[in-house]
Amino acid sequence: MIEIKHLRYAYPAVEGQEPAAVLEDVDLHIEKGSFTAILGHNGSGKSTLAKLLSAVLLPSGGEVLVDGLSTAEEKNIMEIRRRVGMVFQNPDNQIVANVVEEDVAFAPENLGVPAEEIRARVDEALAAVGMEAFRLHAPHLLSGGQKQRIAIAGVLAMQPEVLVLDEVTAMLDPEGRREVLETVHRLNRERGMTVLLITHHMSEVEKADRVIVMEQGRVVMDGSPKEVFPRVEELRRLSLDVPGTVDLLYELRRIGWDVPLDALGVDECADAICKFLQ
Amino acid sequence: MLKDITLGQFFPGNTLAHRLDPRTKLMVTVLYIVALFCAKSFVSYGVMALWLVTAVQVSKVGYKALVKGLKPVWFIIVFTAVLNLIYIKGTPLVTIWKFTIYREAVETAVFMILRIAMLIMGTFLLTYTTSPIRLTDGLETLLSPLKKLHAPVHELAMMMAIALRFIPTLIEETDKIMSAQKARGADFESGGLLQRAKALIPILVPLFISAFRRADELATAMECRCYSGGEGRTKLHVLRFAAKDYLVLALAAVLTAAVIVLGRMGL
Ligand SMILES: Nc1ncnc2c1ncn2[C@@H]1O[C@H](COP(=O)(O)OP(=O)(O)OP(=O)(O)O)[C@@H](O)[C@H]1O
Ligand SMILES: [Mg+2]
Repeated sequence: MIEIKHLRYAYPAVEGQEPAAVLEDVDLHIEKGSFTAILGHNGSGKSTLAKLLSAVLLPSGGEVLVDGLSTAEEKNIMEIRRRVGMVFQNPDNQIVANVVEEDVAFAPENLGVPAEEIRARVDEALAAVGMEAFRLHAPHLLSGGQKQRIAIAGVLAMQPEVLVLDEVTAMLDPEGRREVLETVHRLNRERGMTVLLITHHMSEVEKADRVIVMEQGRVVMDGSPKEVFPRVEELRRLSLDVPGTVDLLYELRRIGWDVPLDALGVDECADAICKFLQ
Repeated sequence: MLKDITLGQFFPGNTLAHRLDPRTKLMVTVLYIVALFCAKSFVSYGVMALWLVTAVQVSKVGYKALVKGLKPVWFIIVFTAVLNLIYIKGTPLVTIWKFTIYREAVETAVFMILRIAMLIMGTFLLTYTTSPIRLTDGLETLLSPLKKLHAPVHELAMMMAIALRFIPTLIEETDKIMSAQKARGADFESGGLLQRAKALIPILVPLFISAFRRADELATAMECRCYSGGEGRTKLHVLRFAAKDYLVLALAAVLTAAVIVLGRMGL
């Protein structure tokens, strides 16, 4: 689906400054239909990576292939952008129109889709995020979570293969965050949508198939949540939190309890502790 | 306070006024403005008032919202009226202290107020009943002959659509910044003109910075949604003239002609 080979990226040099590489030798393969979470503290290059995937930025070295199409080739750019739906942090800054359905129609309009099909795609995309009832509302009057779901519908209308979500929940309250995550997980489960979720919130990562941890433009950990989170000390060194459950189990192990570190879910964690106590 | 600004806002609805083709509404608005500037007597202003009232009734927008639109400009209206009252001479009407007020002055001032108020209400009615995208679509189509002269018609329409889209967002943001600065002891209400203007700097600077950041992010988001200019774009709402559009246009043309004829007859 997405193939990243020896990717290197440096932002254009600012006067009087060395152009430092923001991404260095990144090699990744994203499976079709997978749910991948990308973690990393501020400035580790997550957003830069996301922008390279949708050809907003072009590699300084190496290459990014989306379904075999290289982002470096001018003629592929539109097709790549159609296949890679990007949603950003601030919903206000990605909504183009004053009416929900007109905003969702923006991408298919750009793609030159005929009017009747735009209508169908808009209805479909709004249904997919559960916002059909708000078709004629003004986006600026909606809640943060609702706005972000509109933004997701806006890229779904392109019928993309991958959803890349760059800290889409960072500006939302817990309710909005839950709304958006549920939507994304449902799209992944029911439609087999490939999802790449960039986030700071550990709780959003537990249910991912795969976790990638980035540090200073490199991939430093890569594996399932059960493989990555037990590496508590390493994660702490990268100034990342671990999920509450893992934190608890880790502390229990420090006082000598023999509990597994990879019980991520609350129930699972409780079971593990009960088992030890028995 | 800033929440009162309803410039370019759109109130969704499903009345005849909402369903008309945006091009019709644009042309009717142009005719209305032309007629308004040709109106010179109470009779012709009566015709204009009738026109406006009918449009408001049809659109179900409500007079409250329209009058609210006048709020930010009432100062200009009063100011021009007062200037007219003072400077226009003719047959004396009353003398208050040193000032004599003339009949012609009162007449001009009243017309002036009516003209500005009706102009604003008419154009606001257009934006209240037309979503900015449809409005700018209409504008783009009407101006499309200019594309042959390589005028950037699509770009202008897109800029206008985005400007209208961001008015509420930026107003909200200004409100937030003002509250934040007030919480830090900024004072926007007292002092002379210069002092007040100075007090605006701590609002404008963050507002500008944020507007640039927004513009940058919006541009990226638009690119990611495959935007690449007007070439080859299609539309969700295909513009189509229907019988009602021709009827409304004809009616507007008749009214405009009537006002012009009335003006010629000195009415
Ligand atoms: N437009 C730009 N020009 C120059 N340098 C940039 C630009 N955008 C980001 N950088 C730099 O690139 C590095 C990586 O930034 P990036 O935004 O990819 O990080 P991130 O992992 O998304 O961080 P965050 O968690 O804060 O969003 C940072 O050191 C940042 O200063
Ligand atoms: Mg980022």
